[in-house]
Amino acid sequence: MKPDDGQVIISLQHVDKSLGGKSVLHDMSIEVRKGESLVIVGGSGQGKSVTLKHMIGLMQPDNGHVYVLGEDLCCLEPNELNRFRRHFGMAFQEGALFDSMDVFENIAFPLRRHTKMTEEEIRARVEECLDQVHLHGVETKKTSELSGGQRRRVGFARAISLRPEILLFDEPTTGLDPVISDVIAELILEMDTTLDSTTVSITHDMKVAFKIADRVAMLYGGKIIEEGTPHEFMASTNPLVQQFIEGRAHGPLTE
Amino acid sequence: MTSVLENIGLVFLRLFEQTGLWFRMLWRTITSAVRPPWEMEEWFRQMVRVGVESVPVVFLTTMFTGMVFALETYNGFHRVHAENYVGSAVALAMLRELSPVLVGLMVTGRVGSSMAAEIGTMRVTEQIDALKALATDPVQYLFVPRVIAGLIMLPFLVILGDALGIGGGYIVAVKLLGANAVIYKNVTWQFLGLKDLWTGAIKACAFGLILTLTGCVRGYYTSGGAEGVGRSTTRAVVSASLIILLTDFFLTKILINL
Repeated sequence: MKPDDGQVIISLQHVDKSLGGKSVLHDMSIEVRKGESLVIVGGSGQGKSVTLKHMIGLMQPDNGHVYVLGEDLCCLEPNELNRFRRHFGMAFQEGALFDSMDVFENIAFPLRRHTKMTEEEIRARVEECLDQVHLHGVETKKTSELSGGQRRRVGFARAISLRPEILLFDEPTTGLDPVISDVIAELILEMDTTLDSTTVSITHDMKVAFKIADRVAMLYGGKIIEEGTPHEFMASTNPLVQQFIEGRAHGPLTE
Repeated sequence: MTSVLENIGLVFLRLFEQTGLWFRMLWRTITSAVRPPWEMEEWFRQMVRVGVESVPVVFLTTMFTGMVFALETYNGFHRVHAENYVGSAVALAMLRELSPVLVGLMVTGRVGSSMAAEIGTMRVTEQIDALKALATDPVQYLFVPRVIAGLIMLPFLVILGDALGIGGGYIVAVKLLGANAVIYKNVTWQFLGLKDLWTGAIKACAFGLILTLTGCVRGYYTSGGAEGVGRSTTRAVVSASLIILLTDFFLTKILINL
């Protein structure tokens, strides 16, 4: 809730990306400003996850550039890219928790690898992260024992453990019931406020999008077709946007 | 006709592509292994998994192979009145050939497949992407400990297999077929050289590298959900077994002339 000085920290410029011979992103450009919460919405298979993966360098564009904090990700060596990713925390769709470890070890994983914290400090930080996502007493549980909502929360806790500047959420509420979805949305909102980081989320759940976004952008046909504050977005005259917001079966999106 | 040629061409293209990929990943594994961080705990865990946990399989395989080999050679050598040399034949065959190849193939089935399945599952559940997002090189974290474990533990397993094979042969020849124990023991050692032991160990290292790296590479490039994981696992076992058998011929050719 704090788009401050408007400094652009992530910028995708004219990105083209094809996967398996099919064009997913086409001349796609978008900017993320420091401190804001950007939500990218769009139908399934429109390239939302691909966009997010470009931001953190998990995918490289076929054409175009991805700038993060002023660096062109395409020009970084694999090792530099790895170091660069410490600016990010990413929460994956199904949590992507390491199933060979328990909850504690999952959250402690980045701390053990990238900090010189003592075991005690790690324990304290893990507890702090779990506290942030309102989870208690699950440290020793196996990841397979967690519910869908708990998995997402542990994924969030792992993503924030290194106090990253940029948080990415990949479909944070997909597959969850409406109540848990709302709880997760509130959690993202809370983390966005208390952690003072920039967040980019992708979702097709408009209720969640309007709840957590400072700015909403819609991806369709491989590019952004509309962006603005939730109010501006809701008032959009673009029939594609209106059909998506209202969730109608008939309209230009499905023709 | 054109489509037949096209298909043949495609097979070769895929073969070259896969070979190139294998060597590229080998190079990435080597470069990742020489720079920190070194995950000693994970290295140790994988060594236990590849080495210690494979002992029962190696035990049964090599022991029974030694026993069968003694049974067959005793029968054959008996026809030319050379029964006394059974011990020597068993020992040479076990050390130079049977133990490395059989242990390599059995560990491929046991460990190579599980590595492909494990890493493949990590791929399709986005755990590999999560590793990268947590600023961790998956090759360094997943490949290096497994390949190191294969390189170090296979020679130990093979030497254990040598001993068990020779022991199995002794039991069959002496206890079952009534060969003279003293002569059998003497003949077993008579023609054995240190070279027979270390050539077997070199083969073991090579096979350890092949089976672990193939498992890792096949798992890493998995796509297509649960079915994809199954496909990668099968491919890992088939390709690693074939590469082991092919490499065995060329390694034997080189080592025999040393």
